[in-house]
This record gives sequence, C-alpha cells and structure tokens, in this order.
Amino acid sequence: MPRIESAEMLKNIQEKFRKELEAYPMVISICHGMSCRATGAVEVANAFEKIVGGSSDIRFIRSGCQGFCEKGPLSVVRPSNIFYQMLKPGDVNEVIQKTVERGEVIDRLLYANPTTGEKLGKEHEIDFYAKQHRVVLELNGYIDPLRIEDYFAHDGYSALAKAMTEMERGHIIEEMIDSNLRGRGGAGFSAGWKWKTCSEAPGERRHIICNADEGDPGAFMDQAVLEGNPHSVIEGMIIGAYAIGGTDGHIYIRHEYPYAVHTFQNALDQARDYGLLGENILGTGFDFDIQVCFGAGAFVCGESSALVRSLQGQVGEPRDKFVHATEQGYHDEPTNLNNVETWANVPHIINKGAQWFRGIGTKGSPGTKVFSLVGKVENTGLIEVPMGISLREIVFDIGGGIKEGKDFKAVQTGGPSGGMLSEAQLDLPVDFDELDKAGSMMGSGGMIVMDENTCVVDVAKYFIDFLIDESCGKCLPCREGLRQMSNMLHRICDGDGKLKDINDLEALGETVAATALCGLGKSAPNPVLSSIRHFRDEYIAHIVEHKCPGGVCKALISYHVLPDSCTGCGSCAKVCPSDAIHTVPGKKRKDGLLHEIDLEACVKCGACIDICPENAIEKRSPAEVPVGAARS
Amino acid sequence: MEAIKELSVIEPTSKTEKEVEELVKDWGNDGEKLIMAMLAVQDKYNWLPPDALDYLSRRFEVPKGQIYHIATFYKVFSLVPRGKHILKLCMGTACHVRGAPMIADALQRDYDIPLGSTSDDGLFTLERVNCVGACAIGPVLVVDGQYRGNMTQNRASAVIKRLKRLAEKEAENA
Ligand SMILES: Cc1cc2nc3c(=O)[nH]c(=O)nc-3n(C[C@H](O)[C@H](O)[C@H](O)COP(=O)(O)O)c2cc1C
Ligand code: SF4
Ligand code: SF4
Ligand code: SF4
Ligand code: FES
Ligand code: FES
Repeated sequence: MPRIESAEMLKNIQEKFRKELEAYPMVISICHGMSCRATGAVEVANAFEKIVGGSSDIRFIRSGCQGFCEKGPLSVVRPSNIFYQMLKPGDVNEVIQKTVERGEVIDRLLYANPTTGEKLGKEHEIDFYAKQHRVVLELNGYIDPLRIEDYFAHDGYSALAKAMTEMERGHIIEEMIDSNLRGRGGAGFSAGWKWKTCSEAPGERRHIICNADEGDPGAFMDQAVLEGNPHSVIEGMIIGAYAIGGTDGHIYIRHEYPYAVHTFQNALDQARDYGLLGENILGTGFDFDIQVCFGAGAFVCGESSALVRSLQGQVGEPRDKFVHATEQGYHDEPTNLNNVETWANVPHIINKGAQWFRGIGTKGSPGTKVFSLVGKVENTGLIEVPMGISLREIVFDIGGGIKEGKDFKAVQTGGPSGGMLSEAQLDLPVDFDELDKAGSMMGSGGMIVMDENTCVVDVAKYFIDFLIDESCGKCLPCREGLRQMSNMLHRICDGDGKLKDINDLEALGETVAATALCGLGKSAPNPVLSSIRHFRDEYIAHIVEHKCPGGVCKALISYHVLPDSCTGCGSCAKVCPSDAIHTVPGKKRKDGLLHEIDLEACVKCGACIDICPENAIEKRSPAEVPVGAARS
Repeated sequence: MEAIKELSVIEPTSKTEKEVEELVKDWGNDGEKLIMAMLAVQDKYNWLPPDALDYLSRRFEVPKGQIYHIATFYKVFSLVPRGKHILKLCMGTACHVRGAPMIADALQRDYDIPLGSTSDDGLFTLERVNCVGACAIGPVLVVDGQYRGNMTQNRASAVIKRLKRLAEKEAENA
C-alpha cells in the first residue's frame, strides 16, 4: 500500500475508495458493538458473510455500536435504510431473499413504536434516533472500523491534511479556542486553552495523551468510539500533536476492553502503513506516533496525574494539585491529555470550522455529547445529542420512558463523581454549567435512569463504596471521610439510622469535597449530597418509618405471596434457598396448593419473585415482621 | 548497547522464565513497560506466579517490593492462582440498579463464592467488573469470556451447576 506523501495524494486515495464504495449498489451493515455481540451479532454476521461476503453487488460491514443496543443484534440495509432488529442467524436467509433480492420489507423484524404499535421501517423514523445529532458517532454504522479505506471513503484524514497544509499551528489552536470545545472526560476544561498552555510550556519534548480509561462504572461511550471509528481519534491526536508541537503520543486504554484495544491497534498499524503516523507525515517533515498502554483496572488512573504515573510503569497515585500536567506531566515534561471523545471532535471542528461547531448546543457548552443511556429506561443505548437538550427529552423521547410503565424517580449523570436529579430537574438543559448548578455534573457521559423500584440511598451507598474501593488512600479526607460516610449510609439502609446522620453526611461530605487531594475525593460526596438535596424524604422514610420506598434495602422489606394471584405452581418453593415457602393446607389453587412465605425463615433473596410466573409475590416496606421476632 | 549487555547477564533459565521472556522480549529493560509486562504475564497464566515476578524484577531492574505494590494496587492482578472457570459479574451502575447485588449474594450464599474469591475446589473464580459495555442486557455475567445477559440468581445458579456437573464428568472419565 502506498505511503501518502502529500495532501494531493490523500485526495486521490479518498477518491479511489469513495468510488469503490459507491460502486456497490447496496450496503448491509450489521452492528458488531459490545451489546450486539453479547446477544448474538457474531453468529448473525457470520451467516450474512457466508452468503454475501465477497459479492461485488453488496458491501457487507461489521460496524461499531449503532446505538440502539436494546434491540440488538441489528442491521441496516442501505440505501433504503431499512432497519431490522433482534436478528437471529435464522433470519438471515429471509433478509437476503426478500429484502436484498426483491426489496421487500420483512414486517416481523421491524421495530414497533411501543405506544402506537406502528411498525417503523427506517432508522430515522424511530424516536430513539430522531432527536439525536450525530457528529462523533456519525460514521458508526457506515464504516468497517477495521478498514482505514472506509474512513478514507468518507473523507477521513481530510482535517489532518487541512491542518497541516493550509493552517498555521497557532491558527489551529485559535480555531480550537474559538470553538469552545470543552473536555468530554468530565471536567469540561477548554481543549483549545489546554493546547495553548501546553504548546507554550518550556521543554524539549511534548507528550500527547488520549485518556481511554473510561472509569465510570456504568458507561461505554469511549469504548464505542474506539470500536466504531478509531481513526477519528487518531486523526484528532495527530492534529493536536501537530498544533502543540507534540513529539510522541500515548493512548491509555482499559485492559477490560480487549476488542477496543484490538480495533485501535489495528487502526494504528493501518495509519502507519499509509504513512499517516511515523516520520514525515504528509510530506510536511512532522514526525509523530502513538503507543498503546493498558490501564490495569484502577478508577483513579483516569485522573490525569495518576494516569501519567501509571504510564510510567508506577502505582497510579495522583500528584499534588498545584502540579499541572500541561507543564509537568509525563516525565515531568509538558503533556496534553484529552479524553477519547474530545479528540474525536477535533477533525470535525477543523473540517467545518469553529463557527459551525458553536452553532450546535448552547453558548457555554457548544457541540454534542455522547451518553450511554442505561438503567431502567425502555431504550438502553448509546446516544449523541446536542448540548442543551433537556433531560426529559433524553429520558422520555429518546429513551422511550421507563421500563414496564413504571414511574420515573431519578437520573444520575457523571457517574460516581456526579449527582442524582429528580423529576423537578427534568427540564434542565444538559450543559456543563447547568448540571453543575443542580449539584450533578456532566461527567464523561454515563446516564443512569432510575425508576420507582430503585432506592436512592442504596445507589448513593453503591457509589461511595465503589470509591472507597478505588481510593488510593493517599490523603486522609478521602480515606477516612468516605469510610465514615459509608458507615452512616449502611446504617440508614439497615434501618438503624438517626435523623442526625443526614446532617452529619452533609457536613462530612462538604469537608471531604473541600479538602481531598484529587478529583476522586473532591467529587466523591456528590451522589450523597445530591440525593439528600433532591430526595431528603427518602432518607427520612428509611430512618423514621423504616421504609425503603424503592423496596431495595433488605432490612426494610418483606416478601409475601398474594393469595389471589398464586396458582400454586410451586416454582417459588423449588428455588427458595432457605426452604421458607410452604403450601397452605387445604387452600386449593389452579395448579396446586396456595403457597406462603415463612417470614422468619426468609432471607430476602428475591429468587421467588424472579421465578414466579404469575407476579404473585410482592415486597412490602416497612417489613412486616412476625410477632415477637427481632427486626433484622 | 547498555540494555543489551544487561540482558545477557540475566539469561532466562527455568521454563517460566523462558515463557516470560518470550512475552516481554521486545521491551528491553524499560521499567516503564513493567505494568504492560505484568499484564502479559497475567493474561498468560491467569495470575502472577512468584517466579515470573522474580524474573521481571531482575529483568526490568525494579525492586520486588515495588512489583508487589503494583500487583496489589491494580485490580486486574491476582497473586493467587485463579479458578478453572472465570466468572465476571458486572457490578457497574446499570447492572447494579437491575439487581446484580442479588446475584452476588446468591453465589456467596449458595456456593460459598464471595465476590473476588476462588472456590475451595479451584473450579471457580468470581470477579467483579464494572461495566462491560453491554448495559442493555444487564445484569451481565461473563462466563469464561462468554457474555450472558439478563442474568438472575436462578440462571447464575444454573451456570454453576452445569459447570460443576461437567467437572464431575471429567473427573469420572479421567
Ligand atoms: C478520579 C477521576 C477519574 C477520571 N476518569 C476519567 C476517565 O476515565 N476518562 C477520562 O477521559 N477522564 C477521566 N477523568 C478526567 C481526567 O482527569 C481529565 O480531566 C480528562 O481526561 C481530560 O480530558 P478532557 O479535557 O478532554 O476531558 C477522571 C478524573 C478523576 C478525578
Ligand atoms: S482524594 Fe482519594 S484518590 Fe485522590 S489522592 Fe486523596 S486518597 Fe487518593
Ligand atoms: S425471598 Fe428468597 S428466601 Fe425469601 S421466600 Fe423468596 S426465595 Fe425464599
Ligand atoms: S411461583 Fe408464584 S404462582 Fe407459583 S406457587 Fe409460588 S407464588 Fe404461587
Ligand atoms: S452494540 Fe449494537 S447497537 Fe449498541
Ligand atoms: S453496567 Fe453492567 S454492562 Fe454496563
């Protein structure tokens, strides 16, 4: 394969692959993202490939996550844009025979609007996609991430050529500042200003780093970008390196993402083969390459100074906060670190200009944001929305509302560093500053939806316990303060809390936030403080009434068989680990005798609820305790 | 030149040392690659055998104390052999709100495999992972690399029972 030695040559290569792609009358794209792979996309893709692989009429693509993970495995046939969901290998023949060969639509594979039942054949007709604005995810679904040629066919690396041949270095940085692209890794610092500071810091070498640690334990945006369009990240990094004067590049990817690692490494190799990484890039005399380094499973290593230590082969403890990585980062030399999604935005800004970028989103937070919309929401998946969209639109229009028609309770943005927002905040525009004001934060893009059956105290406890586990232990407020907060939260969930605990949690949380050394400790109290702020009544219910409104906290609930719904099938008794379910002599039901739970023997595992085919078992809170028994 | 001279001094001898050398041979004695090297060892053996760490210590000229510090700091490393079957239970937020803790409780209660431990018979290691990117089908249990979605305690229990039966059969045949 030829080394691309000039912008001109890049144009020719793009043209060549565009024509090659356009020569195919039809494209079948099957999602090969994580969720779809986990639900059988690999087998479906193999079945397709067996039939159409190598065909000159049909281009077959295994794409990155297309977003609508809930309905995977899914495929899109283009140009007709027919969208099929929940495919099985057995469906493939029919898709080929009917849709591919005769242009017919197969009704049973279409998505049905859950409220109207109307079958929707086209991707853009589906609510989930209609309100999205795709920039970073634009090509997910259109390109094979393992082929740089597909990226070329969609003008890939044009921004790099433009930056290197038509723009001065300072001009690139100006454009970035002007775009007001704010870091997508959480803190929302202006990328352009960071680049400028780093480019001006004294030093021989400058290091360019991509943070792909994706530590938020309920989020997969960066994984989807790396797996779906790795070259957009590489292109962004080369542009950044060129503008800043970067000498070497590093990407820090979590080891738990083997497929993302594979895709990215493959992309690096291809970029090197074409001469887009290495020496004398595009004939400009600029040298740059990117090395892959693995994160070994430590949340704190997503923090920039800890990440840098980890890159150096050390234990990832954060450094004192007065040390700035832009001046003293990797090897104590100037270092510019940005998140995956931040880098992936760069080529778009260079191609289309700062003004175009500012035209999307809000004044303070221009552009789009990718979220992983998960939890108790109907349409789980990966979404990209313009900043400024309301949480309500995300949860109800794109997300399709709450699963099983339950009531909405809360939404958490920003992962363990963020906060919970309630119904009253649903009309807030999604914007760095607005979310901050409401006691949450944008974070890297995890968005967890909670329904009436979720307990906010339990979730706050979950995050604090997660962070205790992940704290490096270097400073006292984080090490001891979080432990104390956790003790109080456990007490409340166990029904032993006191009203004073709420005030103590607030006071301690504020102290930890003010005194911890790094961002982990500083933001750790957020989930607790925000949940107290917006759901104080739930804390009080736990403490005063021994009631868990979500029905989650074991000590505060009890399980009961509803005599009118039970058919006597006996499934529950079979799975009960503590032999707590017995028949009630003489009470006949359709399939046997009525069953009953012995409250004293029940260990509240919930296995019976999971298995009961009749929804005949319910949880009650406060727990109904047998007379004379001690509350557990 | 210096790196090459050093390396000839610590010729790998035992089987483990030779295997480890094979994994790290491209990295000279660059101490910065230590974590990558440890990950490669962990991937190969499923844990960090002491003789492998011994070799890495000499090979990369990093004190053993520091290697053990790293091995305990980062979550993926294991200093004890892991089970024949690796179960990874996703305890990410999305899986948490959909009931992952009930599954962890069940595996501890019914099979005595608390999260983060290896069963006494060496058959299972149960690990916690945080979001594997398949939240749409959470709770997720990854069984020897296979993703199992919409997990419940009853289904997790079936997985354990099946693998136990398999092991018993193998033992009978052996
Ligand atoms: C405890 C902690 C964990 C973090 N984890 C991540 C992460 O997983 N990914 C990420 O991009 N940024 C993470 N950050 C933010 C980074 O420190 C840094 O601000 C960011 O990567 C900079 O890139 P950006 O300006 O492009 O967002 C974390 C910060 C803290 C304090
Ligand atoms: S705040 Fe926590 S994670 Fe950060 S340095 Fe202190 S102890 Fe370590
Ligand atoms: S909750 Fe568990 S222990 Fe209690 S009755 Fe149901 S299955 Fe048995
Ligand atoms: S599983 Fe449900 S229907 Fe069957 S016996 Fe138990 S409570 Fe009754
Ligand atoms: S993994 Fe297929 S749509 Fe997300
Ligand atoms: S939280 Fe379990 S897969 Fe995302």
